[in-house]
Amino acid sequence: MVIPIRYHVRNVTVRWRSTLATLMGIALVVAVFVLLRALAAGIEKSSAQTGDPRNVLVVRKGSQAESSSLVTREQLQALQYLDGIARNSDGQPLISADVITLLLAPRASGDGEANLLLRGVTPRGRELRPQVHLTNGRWLEPGKREVVVSENLARRFKGLEIGGTLKAGIGRLLVVGTFSAGGSAYDSEVWMDADEARLLFEREMYSSLILRPVDEVAYRSLTNSIESDKRFALRAEREVEYYAKQTLTAVPIKILASLLGSAMSVGAVFAAMNTMYAAIGSRTREIGTLRVLGFSRLSILLGFLLEGGLLAFLGGLMGTSVSYGLYQYVILRGITFGTMNFQSFSETTFQFAMPPILLLVGLLFSILVGVIGSILPAWRASRIPVISALKSL
Amino acid sequence: MAIEPIVEVRELSKVYLQGETNVVALNRVSVGIQAGEFVVLMGPSGSGKSTLLHLIAGIDRPTSGQVLVRGINVANLNESALAEWRNRNVGFVFQSFNLIPVLTAAENVELPLLLTSLSSRQRREHVAAALDLVGLTERAKHLPRQLSGGQEQRVAIARALVTDPLLVVADEPTGNLDSKSATDVLTILQSLSREANKTVIMVTHDPKAAAFGSRQLHLEKGEIVA
Ligand SMILES: Nc1ncnc2c1ncn2[C@@H]1O[C@H](COP(=O)(O)OP(=O)(O)OP(=O)(O)O)[C@@H](O)[C@H]1O
Ligand SMILES: [Mg+2]
Repeated sequence: MVIPIRYHVRNVTVRWRSTLATLMGIALVVAVFVLLRALAAGIEKSSAQTGDPRNVLVVRKGSQAESSSLVTREQLQALQYLDGIARNSDGQPLISADVITLLLAPRASGDGEANLLLRGVTPRGRELRPQVHLTNGRWLEPGKREVVVSENLARRFKGLEIGGTLKAGIGRLLVVGTFSAGGSAYDSEVWMDADEARLLFEREMYSSLILRPVDEVAYRSLTNSIESDKRFALRAEREVEYYAKQTLTAVPIKILASLLGSAMSVGAVFAAMNTMYAAIGSRTREIGTLRVLGFSRLSILLGFLLEGGLLAFLGGLMGTSVSYGLYQYVILRGITFGTMNFQSFSETTFQFAMPPILLLVGLLFSILVGVIGSILPAWRASRIPVISALKSL
Repeated sequence: MAIEPIVEVRELSKVYLQGETNVVALNRVSVGIQAGEFVVLMGPSGSGKSTLLHLIAGIDRPTSGQVLVRGINVANLNESALAEWRNRNVGFVFQSFNLIPVLTAAENVELPLLLTSLSSRQRREHVAAALDLVGLTERAKHLPRQLSGGQEQRVAIARALVTDPLLVVADEPTGNLDSKSATDVLTILQSLSREANKTVIMVTHDPKAAAFGSRQLHLEKGEIVA
């Protein structure tokens, strides 16, 4: 049998004042760790959520990004009559050619300008991306110099509010609506009519094609006939797979989270160790008494590991609560983060993502910090001689 | 008719190494104690009373000699066997009570029972009986700091009794108490030996307290002199 848990629980809660600093230290470590991981998760989510598993994206062979790809009108003509492309309710094949350009726009914060990704789309192109939905204003009209912008960009750039205008070469584009795209890469884009975009930017060619095969068999035969035709020199892959490779890498932030997390957790381990040494030092007689009553060294050792874990768990609870609160605040206020995507060279926005597992990891992490920090103090506690019960302190 | 003693101390010595010099706390002490005796250890400060008590109770180890309790040589037990032996056979009452501050009176009394195989219902019954014996049924839910010194010591006695041990040892149990509380505590210890046939060994400096015992042993410089 072991020492009753309530003995340790009460000791932790009774001493909360003296352990508050340690609790807050552990809370801080956990909060930093969880928030950095939430940022990384947000970045990963923005790629994972882009694309429809049924869609196939076609780009020029050898081009890394849609923006550097070229597809001719002849290629579009040839491809749209291939067998196996799904059709919409009007009987038209679900294939669309997009025109991608970059536009420089001033940041709302005032510090300089950044590239925006402008996508020229056809009505078919919109049909193929149902996750993009209008949130305000109206949709753009074909043949007009109008754009709809993602809400994230509308917040982050000047002139992107409805009624505002965006400088594009010699002309100006009128913002008529805003859309949101469920946290996908489209949430960092400005959309206009494809043909109008080609006129405006004097582009003979399209950038990419998007199409939807009727089924899996059609998918294989379509990609096969597109990729094997030497005249085309095109590459076809699932839209989801393309974006999975395309969007920002979360690796640097993950590395930062691990480095910072481990550096700070070393500090937290020492804080926990210090607190536990102090706790045990002031309870020498009490521990000796438990030994007189017959509790074994092992039960003392386990008890104090538990107590340290419990202490740190409370800190972890504080830290994850703070992170979660911050996350809710950021979501509620619609705050997004932006960074340059080095594949498309345009501003890419993303949000925190806080899957429950992340909070759980934060809590486990805190318990681990407490238990590790308690190993030496608990060991010392277990070696306290029985006779210490008699020495009044 | 000679009865087999319940505690048999044979040639017991304890030597402490203090820097360069040896301090002989106990010097080849031999004594036998019968069941139901209430033995009082007296003697000047530093004469070895506590040392003898600790060796008999199995919370310290002798330099040489033996302590046999019901024929078991306590000094031969290893650390964990000794812990279990203490739990089963010895109830300890300290001068400074040594209750666990964060546990209630009842929870303190229950502690040694957690190491037995009793069910939680049986444990509750034993705790209630022990608290009743020391007259503190009303205070079961109180924390040590909500009790007077005398009440704390009675809780400590309840904790020492609750496992129904062979031996109850007490080191100056009334040292921190006023005379009324001291009398209460001594009366309980006396009735334990008289009515429950427990063997009680108590260290005290107070002749009035010593009068409650059935037999007195005087120590001087680590030896029994009377
Ligand atoms: N841990 C120790 N290290 C060194 N010497 C010790 C230790 N414990 C006790 N002694 C010595 O052993 C001798 C006997 O000590 P003990 O505590 O048994 O005396 P006592 O009779 O209980 O005295 P008091 O009435 O003051 O409590 C003393 O000289 C004491 O200094
Ligand atoms: Mg003493």
